[in-house]
Amino acid sequence: MTDQSQLALRIRRAKQLERGFLLLAWLLLTSLAAVFVGLFAGLFQAGWERLQLDFFLTFASRHAARAGILAAWVGTFVVMTVTAAVAVPLGIAAGIYLEEYARPNRLTTLIEINIVNLAGVPSIVYGLLALGLFARLLGFGASVLTAGLTLGLLILPIVIVATREAIRTVPNAIREASYAVGATRWQTVWGQVLPAALPGTLTGVILGLSRAIGETAPIVTIGAVTFIAFLPPAPLSADFPFLSFDWVWSPFTALPIVTFDWTSRPNADFRANAAAAALTLTALTAVMNGVAAWLRYRLRRRQQWQ
Amino acid sequence: MTESVVPSNGQSANGAVNHQTLKAEARGLSFFYGEKAALREVNLPVYAYRATALIGPSGCGKSTLLRCFNRMHDLYPNHRYAGEIRLYPENINLLAPETDPIAARMRIGMVFQKPNPFPKSVFENIAYGLRLRGLRDKNEIRERVERALQDAALWDEVKDRLGDSAYALSGGQQQRLCIARALATEPELLLFDEPTSALDPLATASIEALIGRLKSQVTSLIVTHNLQQAGRVAEFTAFMYLGELVEFGPTEVVFNAPSQKRTEDYLAGRFG
Ligand SMILES: Nc1ncnc2c1ncn2[C@@H]1O[C@H](COP(=O)(O)OP(=O)(O)O)[C@@H](O)[C@H]1O
Ligand SMILES: [Mg+2]
Repeated sequence: MTDQSQLALRIRRAKQLERGFLLLAWLLLTSLAAVFVGLFAGLFQAGWERLQLDFFLTFASRHAARAGILAAWVGTFVVMTVTAAVAVPLGIAAGIYLEEYARPNRLTTLIEINIVNLAGVPSIVYGLLALGLFARLLGFGASVLTAGLTLGLLILPIVIVATREAIRTVPNAIREASYAVGATRWQTVWGQVLPAALPGTLTGVILGLSRAIGETAPIVTIGAVTFIAFLPPAPLSADFPFLSFDWVWSPFTALPIVTFDWTSRPNADFRANAAAAALTLTALTAVMNGVAAWLRYRLRRRQQWQ
Repeated sequence: MTESVVPSNGQSANGAVNHQTLKAEARGLSFFYGEKAALREVNLPVYAYRATALIGPSGCGKSTLLRCFNRMHDLYPNHRYAGEIRLYPENINLLAPETDPIAARMRIGMVFQKPNPFPKSVFENIAYGLRLRGLRDKNEIRERVERALQDAALWDEVKDRLGDSAYALSGGQQQRLCIARALATEPELLLFDEPTSALDPLATASIEALIGRLKSQVTSLIVTHNLQQAGRVAEFTAFMYLGELVEFGPTEVVFNAPSQKRTEDYLAGRFG
């Protein structure tokens, strides 16, 4: 019979197919990595000379060699603070509500669909919304507050989805254990579910923030300035109540904005600045993603429940 | 007035039953998952400071019955209770709409089939229930944590690692931690759902011994898959079949002289 040889042929074909697939996947991934390395090397080559302490400690200037990113990284930092202050509590609260409280009905489904859709809205649309609502209607102008609110809304769906997924990994056995010792739902959520879901939630928050930090379109839309020679007012003040929130009303610039601005200048010297600013931004994002990955790793190790 | 129990289904009216004090009692208790009846007209007395075992083939409704006593079913939608569960000495109906399930769970502890410690330290696992009861004093909490761990025969093994994650303990230790967590809250009634089914024989023996010692403090209702276990730990045994309570009585009577054919068949290993 030919059965045996046919079988051998089939096995050989299956193996060839597998080898072909692996080769293709390998080629694809390698070229992807090569593109990234090339991009990074290009940036580094163009910008490494500018990566001096001075660069981080001076304001922008009309002279490329004297221009720095002090206002930009401080701006990025304060805007991210507002973004986190908006997205973290709202996103976690919404995630808790949807997972632990909402009854599955039409309204809940509608909300869920909306959140998924919001995650897909182009960021420029958020910029337009913010320009109309926060900057003009509410009169916040092109301030840190407007930018923070805008980016906060932008990443809200990411935080909500991450929170929900983290909450869903908490086994019901833990909820039952909590109720069985006499806890209310509120106590169970705050005392057990949320702490157990925290690493996953934080991962989502960081991924959201690392998305927001590079967003350019919405903050250009709301009218962030590119050239600014002062920092927002300090959050601490000498007199009572020692905390000041004046900084949220301050105009600002941010790393992606100065990068974009310098790239579009005809003067080639500014390209080096742009590359150095872009490297700074990339490094920030990489650090944030690294922290997220580390948290995920810790989460997997700690969660030994089945 | 708490003596007025009629042994369920009228049988095995053994004299020993009648001069015991009742801690709780299911009366005409039915339970439904959606439309599906999982318990039908169950009458079960639970005598104070005794252990009562629930036995029967898997799927007969033992866990369902147990979880009625602390209203665990309330956590999930589409359930319905009918009938009552009286809790003594107040003689309140646990299933009544005016009974707050949280207040009931404050008095009725539970140990689950699979050890389910909180993903926290050994200490925090026990302190949680105490804090829920409004305890704030650090020394008092520490004392009661220690006492609970001692009562659960776990103290010597964990006294140097109270701050470690509860997941670092072995399965048997985790289950004793869960018992300690329940004991710390000084429950009047303790529900066990096959507490040793996930454990090895050694850990099982230590938990059975523990349940035996607890009788001076607490009333136990224990679901078990293991007939020998029922024989070892329980004064009373109820046999359930297809959502009905077929037979109830003192353990040795149920085991040696069952009045129902189905009980006899089950005990003889002819089904289940
Ligand atoms: N959450 C549920 N929804 C629907 N049916 C259930 C649920 N839990 C248990 N049941 C059913 O109720 C019956 C009794 O289950 P259970 O009380 O778990 O039995 P036992 O503990 O005696 O093995 C079984 O037929 C089971 O399939
Ligand atoms: Mg069961």
